[in-house]
Amino acid sequence: MSETGHSMTGYIVHHLTNLRFDLTKMHFLHGEETGGFGVIHLDTLLFSAGLGVLFLWLFMKAAKTATSGVPGPLQNFCEIMVEFVDTQVKDSFHGRNPVIAPLALTIFVWVFLWNAMDLLPVDLLPSIAGLFGIHYLRSVPSTDLNSTFGMSISVLLLVYYYSIKVKGPLHFTMEVLTHPFGKWLMPFNLLLRIVEDLAKPISLGLRLFGNLYAGELIFILIALLPWWLQFTLGWPWAVFHILIITLQAFIFMVLTIVYLSMAHEDH
Amino acid sequence: MNFNATLIGQMITFGLLVLFTMKYVWPPIMQAMQDRQKRIADGLASAERGMREQELAKAKAAQMLKEAKQQAAEIVAQAHKRANEVIEQSKLDARAEGDRQLAVAKAEIEQEANRAREQLRHQVVSLAVAGAGKILRREVDEAANAALLDDLVAQL
Repeated sequence: MSETGHSMTGYIVHHLTNLRFDLTKMHFLHGEETGGFGVIHLDTLLFSAGLGVLFLWLFMKAAKTATSGVPGPLQNFCEIMVEFVDTQVKDSFHGRNPVIAPLALTIFVWVFLWNAMDLLPVDLLPSIAGLFGIHYLRSVPSTDLNSTFGMSISVLLLVYYYSIKVKGPLHFTMEVLTHPFGKWLMPFNLLLRIVEDLAKPISLGLRLFGNLYAGELIFILIALLPWWLQFTLGWPWAVFHILIITLQAFIFMVLTIVYLSMAHEDH
Repeated sequence: MNFNATLIGQMITFGLLVLFTMKYVWPPIMQAMQDRQKRIADGLASAERGMREQELAKAKAAQMLKEAKQQAAEIVAQAHKRANEVIEQSKLDARAEGDRQLAVAKAEIEQEANRAREQLRHQVVSLAVAGAGKILRREVDEAANAALLDDLVAQL
């Protein structure tokens, strides 16, 4: 029993280990080995880049042949997405900014595609990779903190960029120091602002990561059930997950729009 | 499960994706949608205009039809009147012509009759003279014959 327990743990740990490559020593990491900041997760990078290319390919194909006449199926689909995102942006952002809407579209579709990788059977891609001698593979980029935080930190940087650009450095500094308790509580205001701004990327990144990580973990646990029992849990969880992956992509996009629109407004 | 250079890589990928979307995806699709919106609005407006124009044209056509009918009725009435006049005129003309021709014929007949009568008279005279000659050759009885000749001439 302890042997079985060990192999189960091994299976789970194996599934949760990225394909790591240490740039400082130029070799792949195995098992318990750890590296510093110089390590990259090749699987995360390649899958997310591949999904990004898929997104761009689809939408650029539609954009290239976009006609104001009768649209084809692909153009229809892309227009629905664009219009959906545009509605969301117009609902919460009233300024003029040519970046926000395309940014929101990119986030929504890209995160959705990341999450959608979770619907593939957990062993499918790692097994195929195993045939080629790759022993570690995680196919869902959003279960990697680096992905979700890479995106949320980028959003934070954009928030700062637009805050300073729209309000001017002086006004922005004043706002940081005097809001919300007036100029006599300056240090407290600053502290509050730091907490507030730290909370933004952390909540964005952790929410997406947590949901997808938990989802993937449950798929892995279901995969440990006997094969004739797997569909009883796997099917409902996958159906439920369709909702989760869409919802999480949507939440990430809407919060990004909200944060950016807050950056454009005076308190 | 720790942060590493993947973070930077993901940020770069994200930035590139957003740039591409901004440049090559969003504007053309948005443009196409706005153009279509405009075209549909234009189409609806022109349909509205067309409908109004059609109604106007219909009213105009009805008006024209009414006028045309009126004119036609007038023309027919005039034509009837004119036809009657023509018929009356022709009747008068025909009667006059008939009278004229009748007169001419009568005159001709009269002339012919006179000529025939004259001719007949001459023939009778010459016949009488011939008869008289024959009688004279057989018996000359001047006294008796004179009375007979006188009587004959008086009768002619």
